[in-house]
Amino acid sequence: MTEPLLEVRDLSVELSLEHGVLRPVDAVSFDLASGEALGLVGESGSGKTMTLRALIGLLPRTARIVGGSAVFDGVDLASVGEDELRNVRGRGIAMVFQEPMTALNPVMKVGDQIAEGPLVRLGLSRGAARERALELMRTVGIPDPKRRADAYPHELSGGLRQRVMIAIALSGEPRLLLCDEPTTALDVTIQDQILALLTHLRHELHVSVVFVSHDLAVIAETCQRVAVMYAGQVVETGPVETVFRDPRHPYTLSLLRSVPDFEVVRETLATIPGSPPDLAQLPPGCRFHPRCRFSQEDCRTGDFPLQAVGSDHATACIHSDACALDVAREPVISRG
Amino acid sequence: MSTAAATVVEAPAVSHRQRFRDRWYRNTSFVAGASILGVIVLLAILAPLVTWHDPVQQDLLNTLQGSSWDHPLGTDDLGRDIWTRLVYGARTDLRIAFLAVVFPFILGTFAGLISGYFTGRTDSVVNWLVNVVVAFPFYVLIIALVFVLGPGSRNIYIAITIVGWVSYTRIVRGEVLVQKRQEYVLAAHAAGLSNTRILGRHLLPNVITQGVVFAMSDIVLDILAIVTLGYLGMGVQPPTADWGRMIADGQTYLTTNWQLSTIPGIAVVITALALSLIADGLADLLRPE
Repeated sequence: MTEPLLEVRDLSVELSLEHGVLRPVDAVSFDLASGEALGLVGESGSGKTMTLRALIGLLPRTARIVGGSAVFDGVDLASVGEDELRNVRGRGIAMVFQEPMTALNPVMKVGDQIAEGPLVRLGLSRGAARERALELMRTVGIPDPKRRADAYPHELSGGLRQRVMIAIALSGEPRLLLCDEPTTALDVTIQDQILALLTHLRHELHVSVVFVSHDLAVIAETCQRVAVMYAGQVVETGPVETVFRDPRHPYTLSLLRSVPDFEVVRETLATIPGSPPDLAQLPPGCRFHPRCRFSQEDCRTGDFPLQAVGSDHATACIHSDACALDVAREPVISRG
Repeated sequence: MSTAAATVVEAPAVSHRQRFRDRWYRNTSFVAGASILGVIVLLAILAPLVTWHDPVQQDLLNTLQGSSWDHPLGTDDLGRDIWTRLVYGARTDLRIAFLAVVFPFILGTFAGLISGYFTGRTDSVVNWLVNVVVAFPFYVLIIALVFVLGPGSRNIYIAITIVGWVSYTRIVRGEVLVQKRQEYVLAAHAAGLSNTRILGRHLLPNVITQGVVFAMSDIVLDILAIVTLGYLGMGVQPPTADWGRMIADGQTYLTTNWQLSTIPGIAVVITALALSLIADGLADLLRPE
């Protein structure tokens, strides 16, 4: 494997609350190669978004990085100062947000918002920045860019707004795009177009992508590698094909089983019993064991670091064979 | 070409300004207020054309006249034409009021922006200053300041600025505290923009509306303050025509010639009403969708 563009090692984030300290991100590690797309999957509150925020230093005021490193292009994002971090934002790493309506300035023309990066960060002239904005609007498939450039966000549809968001993210010519559930707020048809656009841009412009989503289908469609997060930890990681076809962590397996399948119509949807643990009262041992149907006595104590179960495939489960057997009995992906 | 880059047909974008242009005349408050104020401003600007007397020329043979063709509103105790003085008074008072609102607006908005954005020490200092000013009643402080500084329009500006900025600071600070948690500010940070740029280009346009609306009501307050100062003899110095002065001078004759004080008083009320209507309408029109 070539030198990774982003190398995250044991990244931990702590949140100070009135009644104690929580760890929404606990020793998270992953690598991202140049031009690769990595999916971060997990339920709400599993620490996906917090991990992304930590990478560009935009954590909430009460949160801070307490350990680990995140080396991007030779710079450790977890330890550099605010000035250097600001230099990386927009230019090296850009972010696409979930809700394009609130993530765009409501009283600024979208053309000006796209041109701001080239104008301020790349130092282009006003005219050149505007030209660049129109070019970016064409790149992300916005029809009639000259006219749309003078529109305000509320005058555009959800799909167009998300395209504008992506154009803004691309305006600083970043090498890494952090996408925080970029399609969750959109209709399925529009969602498909945006996903296809992101894949297209990744090939065309050679940007790497970290894609946060709770939607497994979205990850399967856009990413090569996936890291599954549960209660602040990565519990399984590997190539999307391998992990989704042959999951080795009971949590991943349960997630895949709970995706509705139109070919096998069932009376009720499969769900994961129980609810995600409260970060203030984490169960000892494996954090998933209270909800796990394969759990045994030895799951209740000790640490559960990722262990290789194949080339490039790792899981935190010590009984991963049980998953393999279950999958052998009933494959998780019925479609080819 | 991939399906992704394929263009999508969307509803045509309507220009924002076009929408404003289409809507403003349907707002009754705004239209009514703007019309009334428009007439007053027009009269003030065209003062030499709509009057035929000198506002300071005394005519001691024709004092305290009732209304006539030559003096539609009569004359005062020095024989000056009331209509003429009313129109020239509008000139003085409106000019001072509009200018007096500009300085506190700028100063207060700036202080509100930085104190809301950079919380901590800056915020504490600004808040302390605001509380000090707010602790005094508005008129008491203005009158005290003008008393110390001396009368005249320049000192009125200074006094009103010292007292008036706090309202803008409070309004803008509150808005900034709300707006800076919005995702577009986070997005601006994520794009690597500087604090100055985020404040000036992204936050300011989003928080200024409330300030502008308040400025309209603030002009009313300023007119009242100027008139009050004039009434107390600390405002615009005679013989320059000024509504406050006219009310004060007329009060001696309240039992015999009530119109001397009442007419400029009505002018103050009408102007205040017009500005309040405009403020009301603007608040409606500028509300973000």
